[in-house]
Amino acid sequence: MFGSRNPQLNSNDELIHLLSMEGLPAAVIQHILDTAGTFLSVNDRDVKKVPLLRGKSIFNLFFENSTRTRTTFEIAAKRLSADVINLDIARSSTAKGESLLDTIANLSAMHADMFVVRHSESGAPYLIAKHCAPHVHVVNAGDGRHSHPTQGLLDMYTIRHYKKDFRQLVVAIVGDIVHSRVARSDIHALAILGAPEIRAVGPKTLVPGDLKEMGVRVCHDMAEGVRDADVIIMLRLQNERMSGAMLPSAAEFFKTFGLTAEKLALAKPDAIVMHPGPINRGVEIESAVADGRQSVILPQVTFGIAVRMAVMSIIAGNAA
Amino acid sequence: MSDAPKPAAPFARLDAEALYLKLVDGVRDLLKRDAVLVGIWSGGAWLVERLQRDLELAGEPGVISSAFHRDDFARRGLAGTDPTRLPFEIEGRHIVLVDDVLFTGRTIRAVVNELYDFGRPSSVSLAVLVERDGRELPIAAAFAATRIELPAAERISLARDEAGRLRFETK
Repeated sequence: MFGSRNPQLNSNDELIHLLSMEGLPAAVIQHILDTAGTFLSVNDRDVKKVPLLRGKSIFNLFFENSTRTRTTFEIAAKRLSADVINLDIARSSTAKGESLLDTIANLSAMHADMFVVRHSESGAPYLIAKHCAPHVHVVNAGDGRHSHPTQGLLDMYTIRHYKKDFRQLVVAIVGDIVHSRVARSDIHALAILGAPEIRAVGPKTLVPGDLKEMGVRVCHDMAEGVRDADVIIMLRLQNERMSGAMLPSAAEFFKTFGLTAEKLALAKPDAIVMHPGPINRGVEIESAVADGRQSVILPQVTFGIAVRMAVMSIIAGNAA
Repeated sequence: MSDAPKPAAPFARLDAEALYLKLVDGVRDLLKRDAVLVGIWSGGAWLVERLQRDLELAGEPGVISSAFHRDDFARRGLAGTDPTRLPFEIEGRHIVLVDDVLFTGRTIRAVVNELYDFGRPSSVSLAVLVERDGRELPIAAAFAATRIELPAAERISLARDEAGRLRFETK
């Protein structure tokens, strides 16, 4: 997806857009995670806002609906004092036939400083980053099956928070991996940060074969997949993306790959359980596990805002 | 390069440890009842750590970072920094800010804004090891262990070795 050089970085290897985890230097990722740690403390202040992006306009362009992701970006931008404009593109200009780049040109004429883009087509944020004015920054909030880098980063923040060092960890990613941009972002990030064992766990229909080439251990058996894991990342079964007979039924999936207390007991005793949300109780995860002591699903949400603040403030401070 | 010894630059005459002893006396005079020390990251944070001990003050000193309020954010971006830690109420307190060097005054402006994100202090004063010329804002130190003049391009900052001893560095 890249040309000769990574379009996310300027000539000093500083982040100017966040489009994907692919090709990000480990130092850039660690800097984002460190900065997120600093922003986490903003929640403890009387004034839960810092003025770093005062006077900047951030446009949330959600070509695909996602109230939750859009809201976390909106909260993050507002805590940085930016003005946030939410555009429900799915129901406006593109429905009238305007092209993506015409939409961007129009919004740029309204003096946008940053676009947060969610799109069903892989690569749409790249196209926007390539064609927008040099002072405009782009954040990918999920494109097709390709990438969801802020989710990948908040997952890395969560893992680092509880496990400190990536270089000892066994991480199991379980479920609908073929449709999951989160899985792809997590796998790239874990590899960059040096996690020695990444497992992709799920039925043959939902785990793509090319993962082995990325150094991932593919497991079609749940017990083998979670045994001795330090981190278990459960993915949502994406019913709305599922067409045809990839799965017999949700109940069948839960029986084989759903995370229950019994299966969790095979992992290390201090293993953490993550999930990008929204969770389907009784489909990919049992309620007792989702609400249990090893679950860090809600801290992930809190960390997600700090991570998005870090990403937006870092790219806004770097010139193309 | 000439073999003749170069004249000592003004900064070379700065003995950080000797200045620190003067700072202890200066800060003692500034401390009112209920006052707390807040060191500006990073040099000032080292100073308050020692001052807290040497002045036998109870509790932990505060550490404050200018990062979120800097006026050169658009140019320099977000530099790596420790977060602000203020282990006490700011509302209604007398605050003594401590820093290594007072130069343009822009860092002080930023940390005063940062301080106000935590509450409304009764008063804020400033004590520094070195006050140099070059102020760009109406900001002054209540106490400076020494005052010097330096070329505008010369940057000095405090460094700390493994044994905890302080010295000045120049860039």
